[in-house]
Amino acid sequence: MEKEFFETDVVIIGAGPVGLFAVFELGLLDMKCHVIDILDKPGGQCAELYPEKPIYDIPGMPSVLGMELVDSLMKQIEPFNPSFHLSSMVQEIKKIDDVFWEVKTDNNEVFKAKAVVIAGGGGSFLPKKPPIKEIENFENNSVFYSIKNKERFRDKDLVIVGGGDSALDWALNLESIAKRVTLVHRRDQFRAAPDSVKKIFSLIEDNKIDFVIGQVSSLNGKDGILESLKCKTSDEEVEVKCDALLPFFGLTMKLGPIANWGLNLNENLITVDTEKFETNEKGIFAIGDINTYPGKLKLILCGFHEAALMSQQAYKYVYPGEKLTFQYTTSSSDLKKKLGVS
Amino acid sequence: MTKINFIEFNGVEHSVDVDDGNTVMEAAIKNNVPGIDADCGGATACATCHVYVDPAWAEKTGEAEEMEKDMLDFAFDVEDNSRLSCCIKVSSELDGLTVRLPEKQF
Repeated sequence: MEKEFFETDVVIIGAGPVGLFAVFELGLLDMKCHVIDILDKPGGQCAELYPEKPIYDIPGMPSVLGMELVDSLMKQIEPFNPSFHLSSMVQEIKKIDDVFWEVKTDNNEVFKAKAVVIAGGGGSFLPKKPPIKEIENFENNSVFYSIKNKERFRDKDLVIVGGGDSALDWALNLESIAKRVTLVHRRDQFRAAPDSVKKIFSLIEDNKIDFVIGQVSSLNGKDGILESLKCKTSDEEVEVKCDALLPFFGLTMKLGPIANWGLNLNENLITVDTEKFETNEKGIFAIGDINTYPGKLKLILCGFHEAALMSQQAYKYVYPGEKLTFQYTTSSSDLKKKLGVS
Repeated sequence: MTKINFIEFNGVEHSVDVDDGNTVMEAAIKNNVPGIDADCGGATACATCHVYVDPAWAEKTGEAEEMEKDMLDFAFDVEDNSRLSCCIKVSSELDGLTVRLPEKQF
């Protein structure tokens, strides 16, 4: 894949509520942002974990659903027209000269920015890896947690594990391509779109796919290539021929590459000061749940406050030597113009 | 205060006291019991607070609701006595409750 290059004022890592609000605060101070997130949508935990759950401690909003908050923030930052880079994981941040940082993603994107804001929340959302013995030996050859190219599964014996939308969607999708699909799930109920559930049951009935109620218990193969696996059911252990195993157990948050960026950490959180929310590296900030300082509370509202203060310091890196005057959105004609409400 | 006992996969036991009204997950987190991740903070949205309820207590902890059962699909090594600890509310009835922790929460 060809590299893509972007130059901007600030790169924000994490499109959760705090990362999104940082776009607003930086935007008010004339800083352009590119936002990178590993999920395929903005919103972070609010979108991935609790879109339908009410949040009760956002100032001025007695109750707001996770997704409503995200939608409102997206609306609020619209005037600043941020660029989003979704389904991308930042791999590396390094200083390239006195002014610029370089940020690289696993999608071959390369960013040049004067400041970097890490709003990484609980870390990167990564696929859960079931604790089956030796599974890591088969990863990327025979075990896949996401699918980029369906063709590699043509005429193969596939075992798909799970009972959610991902498991069912891929079972339906690969059934016609694979030699045989075996779906393994712990019970005969699925938590997925009703239409997918209906289709799966009819494929099982028509003997187009095999269905095993149970759990994968062991893998068999050599040199990273699977040959078969065993499934434990309520009364026996069955062996299933298997070229590729696709487990879909949802996502979990892991710190991921953040640990390798040379930042001071305390129990997997990035330590910052409480004036600028800056890390030990000048020009790299950390805001929201990913940071820690004396008295830190992991609340969205604290992240919002941190975003505002961080922006004051980021301005000094983006516009060195320029004086910053503090202004209110209620009264400043300059700010109103930026927001498109003048 | 109600006493809750956690037994880690490696056999290490933790006995903690917690106010009624908390969840068993909160009892673990507030007392730094290892082995409960609780990624989502108690929203029944992540299945990283999976525990096995001691069979002697199964009746008192009750049965999982539909949403919890669905979410257990995203846990591993799920057994008949599997529960998400964020869905078990602590009350004086549960004084002495024992739960075992899985090998890992992923």
